[in-house]
This record gives sequence, C-alpha cells and structure tokens, in this order.
Amino acid sequence: MKSVYMDHSATTPVDPEVFQAMIPYYTEIYGNSSSVHSQGQKAHRAIEQAREQVASLIGSSPGEIIFTAGGTEADNQAIITFMNHERQKKGKHIITSAIEHHAVLHTCDFLVKQGFELTVLPVNPFGVVEPDVLRAALRSDTALVSVMHANNEIGTIQDIRTLAAISHEAGAAFHTDAVQTVGKIPVSVKELGVDLLSSSSHKLYGPKGIGCLYAKKGVRIGSYLFGGAQERNLRAGTVNVPGVVGFGKACELAQQRLPQNTAQLKVLAQRLTRGISDAIPNSRLTGHPVDRLPGSVSMVFDYVEGESILLMLDNYGIMASSGSACTSGSLDPSHVLLAIGLPHETAHGSLRLTMGKDSTQEDVDYILEKLPPIIKNLRIMSPLGQ
Amino acid sequence: MEYSQKVMDHFMNPRNVGKIELANGVGEVGNPTCGDIMHIEIEVKDDKIEDIKFRTFGCAAAIATSSMVTEMVKGKTLEEAEKVTNRTVAEALDGLPPVKMHCSNLAADALHEAIKNYRSGGTTLANVVKGCCKEEPDSLLGQGQKIRL
Repeated sequence: MKSVYMDHSATTPVDPEVFQAMIPYYTEIYGNSSSVHSQGQKAHRAIEQAREQVASLIGSSPGEIIFTAGGTEADNQAIITFMNHERQKKGKHIITSAIEHHAVLHTCDFLVKQGFELTVLPVNPFGVVEPDVLRAALRSDTALVSVMHANNEIGTIQDIRTLAAISHEAGAAFHTDAVQTVGKIPVSVKELGVDLLSSSSHKLYGPKGIGCLYAKKGVRIGSYLFGGAQERNLRAGTVNVPGVVGFGKACELAQQRLPQNTAQLKVLAQRLTRGISDAIPNSRLTGHPVDRLPGSVSMVFDYVEGESILLMLDNYGIMASSGSACTSGSLDPSHVLLAIGLPHETAHGSLRLTMGKDSTQEDVDYILEKLPPIIKNLRIMSPLGQ
Repeated sequence: MEYSQKVMDHFMNPRNVGKIELANGVGEVGNPTCGDIMHIEIEVKDDKIEDIKFRTFGCAAAIATSSMVTEMVKGKTLEEAEKVTNRTVAEALDGLPPVKMHCSNLAADALHEAIKNYRSGGTTLANVVKGCCKEEPDSLLGQGQKIRL
C-alpha cells in the first residue's frame, strides 16, 4: 500500500546522512566525553563540533548552547531555573500565551503551585499574540515572557522580534519555544532578540531524545538535573554523544537545504490548502494564512470528528494528526483550537497535515483524491448539519 | 490505543446508516461539545424492531458501537432490545480501549431513548442530551495566581 507521511510536525525520519554520522559513536568512539583518555577526548571533540553546528544554524556562539534531552526538557529548564533565580530579584510574575505547547503551559502551572504568578495571554483568531496585549500584561515584577516561535497545531509564526523588544523595555527576559521553527525557517537568536530558546533535534531529521537550550551569555539559568559537571555544570548526566552528533549534523544539513526546502514546501502547502478548500464545503484553514510554517496545512471540517478522519486516511496509508478530544487523550479538543475561538464541535473536526522535505506533488494529489470522499461519507453518517 | 478488528470493521463498513421514513421511535444522546452524538431511529411493528438506522458524529468507537447496536437488535422484540447495554455492545465488539468506555460508548443509551420515545407514542425527538464533559477547575492550581486574559 502507498504510504504518505503527513505528520512532520510530530516528528521526522532521521536523515540517512545524519544516521551515518552517528554510527561510529555507538561502536567505535564510545568513550564517555568526561573521561580523560583518548576515547573520551574524541567524544568530547565530537560534542564541541556539534555545538558549533547547532550554534551556526541559530546564529549564537557555541558557548551559549546547552544540550538537553529534548525540547520539553529545554522548556522546563529555561522557565523553572530562570524564574527560581529571579524570584527574589525582578519578581515572580511570568507571562505566556494560551497556545503554547504543554511543555511550557504545564511548567508554568507547576510554578503557580510554587507560588509564582502567571498571566496567560489570549491570541487573535489567527493565533497571533498581539503586541498591545502583551504590553498591557507586563508588570514591574514580570521576570520572564515565554511565547512560542511557531505553533505546532495551526502553524502560525509569531512576531517574536517585536514581542521580545516590548518585554525588554519592561525589563523582562524573553524565552521562545522554537521547536517547530529551527531548521524549517531562518532562526537567528540575535535578530529575534531572545534571551532563551528551546530546540529539538527530531523535528529537523535528527534523532529523538536530544535537543538544546540556547541561553544568551549573561542570562542566569541554573541546573535542573544534578549529579555531574557536564555542559558547564548546567546539565548533569553523561552526554548522549551519538544523539548530539546526530543533532549537529542535522543542523548542518538544515542550514544548507533550508532555502530550497522552504520554497518547495510553500508551493505544496498552497496547492494542498486550495485543493482541500475547493473540494470540501464547510472547510477552513486554521492559523495565519500567510505567516505560517512552510509545510503546515491545518484545517477544520464542520460536522465530522477528527479521529474518524485520521483512521480513514490511515486506511489509505495517509498519516496525519488532529486536535480532536479523542486524539488529545482528554474530553476536550485542543486548547489551541479553542484559544483561536473555535467552538468545541468545530475543533473536534480538525485535521493537521504537515509536509517535509521529501513530500511531493504526487502526495498532495493523492490526498486530494482520498480526503474529499472521506469527509463526504462521514458527513452522510453524521446527524449534524442536515 | 488500538481498536479490535471488529471495531475497525464496523467503523469502516458501518451497518444501517441513515434515516427511516416511517420511524415511530427516535432517540439521541451525546453532545457536540464532547464530540459524540448518537442518533437512532426505529420502526416498531407488533412489538418488534422491524427496522433501525443510525447517524453518529464521533470517533471510530462511537460509530462502531452505533453500528453494532443496530445489528444486535434488528428483528428483536422491544423487551429483548431493552436488555442490550453499553457493556454488551462493547463486548460484542471484542472490547473498547479503556479511554473510550465512558465517552464514546453510548449507543445502547440512544437505543433505549428511541424505545422510550416509541412507548410514549411519539416520533418527535426526545430531546435528551446527556452531558459527558467535566470541567477541570483552575482552582486546583494551589497557592499562586493564574490569570487568563
């Protein structure tokens, strides 16, 4: 059966070049990077080379990169340790947005339980955090603002540069979860003006279980795991050398391929969006129509439910995702779709198709052939909208 | 989460989908907010379910249980049909994933509503909407303060 993977915002396959680069670090150069002997030195050099590759992609200096076990850990460490440090200084107020990943939202909720104060900013119907809304929420004791660079569900890209500048005017630091953007669109920490940034390897054709936190020189964060001096005392634990090497290689490749991939994905996404909108009545694109992730097509269909769409697509080998309650593991549909103002019943009918570097026009045509009849059949079966 | 082959069969090839022209019993349960609505129409003759059709908005479990319940009671007497429960429907499908047991397993309830509607002599939709959503209060957050703007 044909297999069309349309879930690249969930994860990507490891690029064969990345995999090749990792292999020696499992069986040949297996030393602990903290060891003094030559095996350890080789592993250490590999980590430092990867640090340069990652830093080069996001325009930082290598010394500002801390390797973590992924984006979730980077978000947790950035927010928790920064706020712990600022508690007695700038203050205990933190600001985030209603559409953040749970790695940020649940971390903020944890801090609230510890006595911190949190403001959750609303977004407009495109999923954009409006500068004036942030400006009004900033207080003299706001220590940190955390707003994601691009949203994983609806693809909207935020104007981080403006939001960071506004935060800095009020003396607050700025963190961004850039898990969805690093390697997909140009990301420069200097141009964005951020103090902290989280990134994950497996979203850009690197291995799972590795990511990094960028912390601008002078920004005080602390250790989140204890028991070793690795990563300049900021991340204890034996370094995942093959993972780090793979992440570095993935960043190097992303930097080379980024312009071409982005252009190609934009064309495909446009065709897919238009094709679906033309073929299926009562369907709408969610998120921003222009300022969005290049390969991301997020739609809602009235009168049908997301899990049913996913399983019917999977029957044809098309793999996608949805923000319906059935796929979120709770009784409510995605918090992101509710935050952009969709009613519950509409949010249940969401479908996210996220393309990657190997997606083709044929894939788009195949989806345009299979999806419309699926929605039509589910609507015949539905008591709504008749 | 994985569905049984029977669930997938009833989901991909649902039985008895549609409306009945001469329905004399109609039942509906669920709520669009929760993502599940099950609508069942029956045509009863001589105390027997001559015909039964469903329309469902919901996930694979919701559709499969609706399809299964129609198959289980078609041609049966009302008394027999009343003995069918959400649990026996789930069992007939070789089980449902635990997370689906309470939210998407309401097809027998819809059937019972349709029978109740028939017994009360009406083809008007018994407007029974059963809530299934529980709000998680933010107040569980403890000593700090959270403001939603």
